Amino acid sequence: MLKYIGKRVLLAIVSILIVSAITFFAMNAIPGGPFNKEKATDPAVQAELESRYNLDKPVTTQYVLYMGNLIHGDWGVSLKSGREIWPDITSKFAVSAKLGISAMIFATIIGIVLGSIAALTRNKWPDRLIVFFTTLGTAMPSFVLATLLLLLFCLELKWIPVYNSSNPNYILPIISLSVYPMAYITRLTKTSMLDALNQDYVRTAKAKGVSRVKLIFVHALRNALIPVITYLGPQIAYILTGSMVVENIFTIGGLGSAFVTSITNRDYTTIMAVTIFLAILMVVANLLTDIAYKFTDPRIDFNN
Amino acid sequence: MSEESKYLLEVNDLNTSFFTDAGEVKAVNGISFKLEPGKTLGIVGESGSGKSVSAYSIMQILAETGRVTGGEVKFRGENILNYSEKQMQKFRGEKISIIFQDPMTSLNPVFTVGYQLEEAVLLHTNKTKEEAKKRAIEMLTLVGVNEPESRVKQYPHELSGGMRQRVMIAMALCCEPDVLIADEPTTALDVTIQAQILELMQDLQKKLGMAIIMVTHDLGVIASMCDEIMVMYGGRVCERGTADDIFYRPAHEYTKGLLRSIPRHDNMNEKLVPIGGTPINLLNMPEGCAFCPRCDAAMKICLTEKPDEIQIGDGHTAACWMNIKEAFEAQEV
Repeated sequence: MLKYIGKRVLLAIVSILIVSAITFFAMNAIPGGPFNKEKATDPAVQAELESRYNLDKPVTTQYVLYMGNLIHGDWGVSLKSGREIWPDITSKFAVSAKLGISAMIFATIIGIVLGSIAALTRNKWPDRLIVFFTTLGTAMPSFVLATLLLLLFCLELKWIPVYNSSNPNYILPIISLSVYPMAYITRLTKTSMLDALNQDYVRTAKAKGVSRVKLIFVHALRNALIPVITYLGPQIAYILTGSMVVENIFTIGGLGSAFVTSITNRDYTTIMAVTIFLAILMVVANLLTDIAYKFTDPRIDFNN
Repeated sequence: MSEESKYLLEVNDLNTSFFTDAGEVKAVNGISFKLEPGKTLGIVGESGSGKSVSAYSIMQILAETGRVTGGEVKFRGENILNYSEKQMQKFRGEKISIIFQDPMTSLNPVFTVGYQLEEAVLLHTNKTKEEAKKRAIEMLTLVGVNEPESRVKQYPHELSGGMRQRVMIAMALCCEPDVLIADEPTTALDVTIQAQILELMQDLQKKLGMAIIMVTHDLGVIASMCDEIMVMYGGRVCERGTADDIFYRPAHEYTKGLLRSIPRHDNMNEKLVPIGGTPINLLNMPEGCAFCPRCDAAMKICLTEKPDEIQIGDGHTAACWMNIKEAFEAQEV
């Protein structure tokens, strides 16, 4: 187990290096730079700025310098604001994480419950209703949903203020973020639950005298959750990172919106920092999924 | 209890159908049998003959679309088809247990062997967890699983097929049921393991005294261990009798066909004769004898009328018009 984790961590470092290199070179390959403005800056100032941030050196040297600093825990300063990047990322990540984790918990619980209900009432009206709404949920992009929610609850019904900088309301962003994964988890749970309920071991348990409730929630659900867990891990990482659209629509200052802003600003150090941070998050989420997998399905053997 | 019957289990005119999109599939069409305590009944037939469905109907563990549409299943004189789901839960595993065909898929892969055994014990007794564990180990020892103390911590995938079937047997017997239904218990196993499992079942029957219903398509399995044999085709009983009746004096054309199609030491040099045609379509049952379309000796009457079980000898019956002459003769005497 430890050996497996060690191997995975090494592989993770390789993936992160590759991600950082691709981002770094792609970012620098695009014409222009952080200090190119619509109005031309004084060439002397421009040169001064560029040399201060090593932008005058060859890209390869820049990359080596950047990674060298990173290894020492130095994430650099933002080329735009001049502030340290690391505290900025962590505070913004806290906001995104709060949003993302709430959305995922909501999506997972509702998804598993609805999926189980759909499986147990297959082809009856609760199932058909659930199938209808989950199809809608998977088909509608989050930005459409977010805009519609904003329109309905903030502008029409006026239940929630459109914008509140001191105490932002998380309900609508959580709903817009969780609908897609919720619908997906529902469908996944339904299919794998139906599959599990038709397995021989469920019949064995029934023949033993196990009650229907225990049959469903102990014998079948544990097996049915295996594919759900596979989906959950990367999805958690994705939702923590992929909430840029929703964060922008609801003007929540999270990591997602910081990422988008840094790209439009050509804020090289911030782009790099956010990318690497997200890559680490993704890798960790995947590793945790695989470990969780082992605990759900004893047939998984890490030694082979 | 109303009348003390000498039979443990009585099945009368059992009918089971599956209601599919294609229509009603009549899997079992009026089978009856009686089982005495400690005896072994064999049910033989090819795939789709309704033998497993009969077994599942007794346990009421049919698939979602299946339903018992008629008849009664009496256990110690009480019709268990009238039981509520709660009563059935208590009944299953305690009075009648079943072991299934495929030990590879019949155990839950995500729970340890110990958990699954203990669950069965805890469901039907007031034992504590600790006592249940003891019982699990005791049962594993009884069915000949080596190192039972460490086996209880293992998952099904860590055990071989034969071992898993032993675990299944241990699980079925841990509450000492009166009847054990074995639904093709050896079909998925190697031949050498098959013999071991059958021997084990006979051994346990002697020790624990339960009655066994042996469901199989393997005539060899049945010959050696059954007191009575029932041959099924198309959801009906073709022939019933002792092993000697069935093997030496078969009276139904289907039984005869079955016997012609198995290799024996005395027909080694002859060509085996398979039964022609394919099993009947249960969605569209013929009006007359179910076996008629495949029968070499079919007569006009076979097409239009279903034969009843005709008495041939003591406890030996066959539902075949070919025996009508014998039936009359028996009556005249």
